[in-house]
Amino acid sequence: MDLTARGRQMTVLPLVTAAVIAIPWVAPIYHVLLMLPFMAYGVVLLGLNLLFGYTGLVSFGHALFIGVGAYTAAFLTGMFKVRSLEVILVTAAVVAGVVAMPVAALCVRYVKIYFGMLTLAFGMVFYTFLLKFYKLTGGDEGMPVARPFLLGRDLGAIPKTEYLAGPYYLYSLAVLVIAALVMWRIVHSPFGLCLKTIRDNPAKAETLGIGVARYRWAAFVISAVYAGVGGALLATPIGNVDPTLAYWTHSGNIVFMTLLGGFASFFGPLLGAFVFIYLQDFVMSVVPFWRLVFGALLAALVIFAPGGLLGLFARRRARELV
Amino acid sequence: MGGVFHASILFLVAAGLQVVFGVQKVFNLACGSFYALGAYFGVTAVQWYISAGGPPAFFIVPLILAGAMIGLTGLVVERGLLSFVYDRDETFQLLLTFAVVLMMEDAIRMTWGTAPVSTSGLYLIYGQTRIAGAAVPVYNLLVIAASVVIALAIGWLLTRTAFGRIIRATADNREMAEALGVDMRRVYAKVFTLGTALGTLGGALVIPATAAMSEMGVELIVEAFAVVVIGGLGSMRGAFAGALVVGILRAVAISVYPALEMLIIYLIVITVLVFRPRGLFGGAAA
Repeated sequence: MDLTARGRQMTVLPLVTAAVIAIPWVAPIYHVLLMLPFMAYGVVLLGLNLLFGYTGLVSFGHALFIGVGAYTAAFLTGMFKVRSLEVILVTAAVVAGVVAMPVAALCVRYVKIYFGMLTLAFGMVFYTFLLKFYKLTGGDEGMPVARPFLLGRDLGAIPKTEYLAGPYYLYSLAVLVIAALVMWRIVHSPFGLCLKTIRDNPAKAETLGIGVARYRWAAFVISAVYAGVGGALLATPIGNVDPTLAYWTHSGNIVFMTLLGGFASFFGPLLGAFVFIYLQDFVMSVVPFWRLVFGALLAALVIFAPGGLLGLFARRRARELV
Repeated sequence: MGGVFHASILFLVAAGLQVVFGVQKVFNLACGSFYALGAYFGVTAVQWYISAGGPPAFFIVPLILAGAMIGLTGLVVERGLLSFVYDRDETFQLLLTFAVVLMMEDAIRMTWGTAPVSTSGLYLIYGQTRIAGAAVPVYNLLVIAASVVIALAIGWLLTRTAFGRIIRATADNREMAEALGVDMRRVYAKVFTLGTALGTLGGALVIPATAAMSEMGVELIVEAFAVVVIGGLGSMRGAFAGALVVGILRAVAISVYPALEMLIIYLIVITVLVFRPRGLFGGAAA
């Protein structure tokens, strides 16, 4: 990143953050509610991009960890009567991390297509488990998620939309900001630099003394933890979690979001999630066939703009400078 | 026997996946969508045929023709989309086939609606027979036979014809084949169309037995995926063995303990990937 890019980021970022904070007060409630999945997916994608953009591994099974996070929220609020969102998020992070450890250990032995297939297989194992063990998980009907307490306060008295558009919105935003700050530290740490080296040239990384498999494993587990937290955050606005959260097409969609925004930059995936969710909402309000439109969009992206929206922007800037 | 019937359908779809992966190194997520497309188109063709007054006993003829013809969609997808990204990372090729999955699902919904469609009453038109005490529709036996014939035909195509030699050479070493004067664009177009036609044919053949549903594609892809992983990516013999393993295991699991149905298959997939990532028949050329 050159200096001008960094300078631009320093001016754009506070503006965007301020705008997002202001949304509950100025935007119609419908749009405020649409921001909730954006922020949840934002957390997921920050993690996914550590694996995709920074380490060069494309997972086609990350919906597994979204599912783990969301079902953790459902189990805690339902079966165990734990309502504190802080406890839920931490538990989701821990559970996703623990599940990811053996999965990652097996997956990172491969790269490219085999890595993608193995992650897809694990995702489908979890999906089938959720679907078939009806007594435990409610099968295809899923499980309800009770409204969690925020910072120890029971907000059950206020109407649901007000709860979601007010306190829950700000809470989600805070989680997203913290997640982004932590991820920023991670990718700019020596650890993050090692991951990029591995992406660009694994053989060279190995000769430089970087334990390639160990680093990939760590990146996988961190990204799974992010997906778990994002999944738990997603569970409350959905209200009812079901197995499709872990289905392989859901994994495909989050990779799509990352590509849409641009996997080569830190904030690209966030932009991708935002555009994806709003565009999906818009297209669905016009025609019922959003997949057709999005499939065509994805095809166009892959063929003409593999760098995503931010990639297009960067290319235009580069041309202006020349 | 139901397991073998399912296995023979799976083999067709998986064979399509294998030939494309073997030659083009593209893992085609859309093979399930082609399967669904073949199924819907098969239903439509048979309905035309019946309403045009064709004798019901020969419904299998328009069915097979429809299945093979709609395989030409593959040519459109290959020329129109895939051919632009052969020089890119395989991740992008994978995502492009995912785009086809999305588009195809809605294209099918737009054309045929969301309700399942079926060819009512033709499934048992050839009657039933008894094998080892169980009633088996004769149609199932026909499909199993057709699938074996197709397997042999592919084997013949790959090992005994000039085109087959070119395919194997390309799968082995693309640059060398190209340097020897093989027009890669034509080979890729043909191979992808062949792969698609195998998938659509599988879809068309399954249709008398079950109704066509818009989700059948994304559901089948994970099974076909299990088949190729168990058998070994890119290997035809692998597709055959893998399809038998998955088809029969599923049938057994359904009758013994339904909750384990697909779970057991994924667990086998993971076991194979962990201990024998090349699959049971991996390493062998396409």
